[in-house]
Amino acid sequence: MAATLQVRVWRGGAEGAFRGYEVPRRESQTVLDVVTYIQRRLDPALAYRFACRVGMCGSCAMTVNGKARWTCRTHVSKVAADGVLEIAPLANLPVIRDLVTDMREFFDKWARAKGEFVPTATRRDPPAAVRPATAARRAADAAIECIGCGVCYASCDVVAWNRDYLGPAALNRAWTLVNDVRDGALAARLAAVAGDAGCHACHTQMGCAERCPKQLVPTASIAGLKRAVGRAVLRGEI
Amino acid sequence: MSGDGMRGDAATLRAVRAQTMLWLAQRASAAVLALCVLVHLATMIYAVRGGLPAAEILGRTRGSAAWGAFYAVFVLAAALHAGIGLRAIATEWLGLRGKAREALVAAVALALAALGLRAVWAVVA
Amino acid sequence: MIGWRARNHPAYWAFLVHRLSGIALALFLPAHFLVLGQALRGEAALDGALRWTEVPLVKAAEVALVLLLAAHLAGGLRILALELLAWRGWQKSLAALAAGAAVAVGVTFALGVF
Repeated sequence: MAATLQVRVWRGGAEGAFRGYEVPRRESQTVLDVVTYIQRRLDPALAYRFACRVGMCGSCAMTVNGKARWTCRTHVSKVAADGVLEIAPLANLPVIRDLVTDMREFFDKWARAKGEFVPTATRRDPPAAVRPATAARRAADAAIECIGCGVCYASCDVVAWNRDYLGPAALNRAWTLVNDVRDGALAARLAAVAGDAGCHACHTQMGCAERCPKQLVPTASIAGLKRAVGRAVLRGEI
Repeated sequence: MSGDGMRGDAATLRAVRAQTMLWLAQRASAAVLALCVLVHLATMIYAVRGGLPAAEILGRTRGSAAWGAFYAVFVLAAALHAGIGLRAIATEWLGLRGKAREALVAAVALALAALGLRAVWAVVA
Repeated sequence: MIGWRARNHPAYWAFLVHRLSGIALALFLPAHFLVLGQALRGEAALDGALRWTEVPLVKAAEVALVLLLAAHLAGGLRILALELLAWRGWQKSLAALAAGAAVAVGVTFALGVF
């Protein structure tokens, strides 16, 4: 293990440059630890985002040596065996400053994909009984653990090539609701995720699945949507 | 909701239905092409042994309704498949949208279908 | 835009092979159809057009095209399996299978044509 890390960090907005820092190497050091060290000891003007530091909040994602990662759960030993780190903001999102991106389009697309649960019952109704072993429940389970970190969105070429594309996270969210038997907005949601800006634009490049820190497979969710929308259109339901 | 908004929604719905049909057509033509290409690859590997004389090709195809039908289906599926595939490439790599894109795609698909059917006619009739 | 360090994984390569082979095949089809169309002017005219296939460089191009066709077929079957069948986490094996099948077809054709 080298005594110091050579770290290059993006400084500036869309126009900017990498600046070099030397950071002491520590045992069990995460990439977020490195960024925090730079901001506290070397360069207090460095802008970056984090909150929970334990892989739950989804706010600390950055591009580390060319790949989008959650930095709080990424050990330096895993990504910088040679002691060199290049840290940049997430791709495919506007850079506000340094390592901070504007996530508005990412979350706006969740809304456009109708990623909001639409209840069919009220608080006076008994709770719905959803059997864990049913196919729909298992499909929703497989996709539900998304923390909204934007890693998949930043790892998808279709997002870069087609600015209207809803992206892996929003479509994955829609798929969990399509499989939620309590939800009452199926047709509207399928229409919202159909076509050129939706699931049918996915080319199964699987950058999302390759990088998702929660090991979700948005490509599988999107494939499910492709089939569900195709069936609904053929049956005249949307 | 305003009348404009409602019309906008109806137009959007028509558009996404059409785009979904294009996806279905792309997969259906792919399934047809998968069979056609397997036959084509096998025929080619067999046919190129010892050169490729016109007499050998035409001896197989001339007057054959079966080969004629096979190649006609093959050509039409390929023209459709190539057109829809180029539509995604025109969108993503050429930045084309709207009428310009749909016109280009239709022109490519129709040209491939016309040239292909002419070739089928040439070797079968 | 994401960079090549992020793109370097099997499914991305499968996508790229599929797209580039598709473009190459679409560009080749008009030439293929025009050559066969020569048969409208008789067997001799078609033979004249096919004489080009004796040139070694053209033969090499033919092998490349057959390889691309086989790759597009195998990659396309992979996509159909990923999209239309239930997900089994098998996508990398499918990409490898597709690559293997395409190479096998290309080599078989090359052995015949040369």
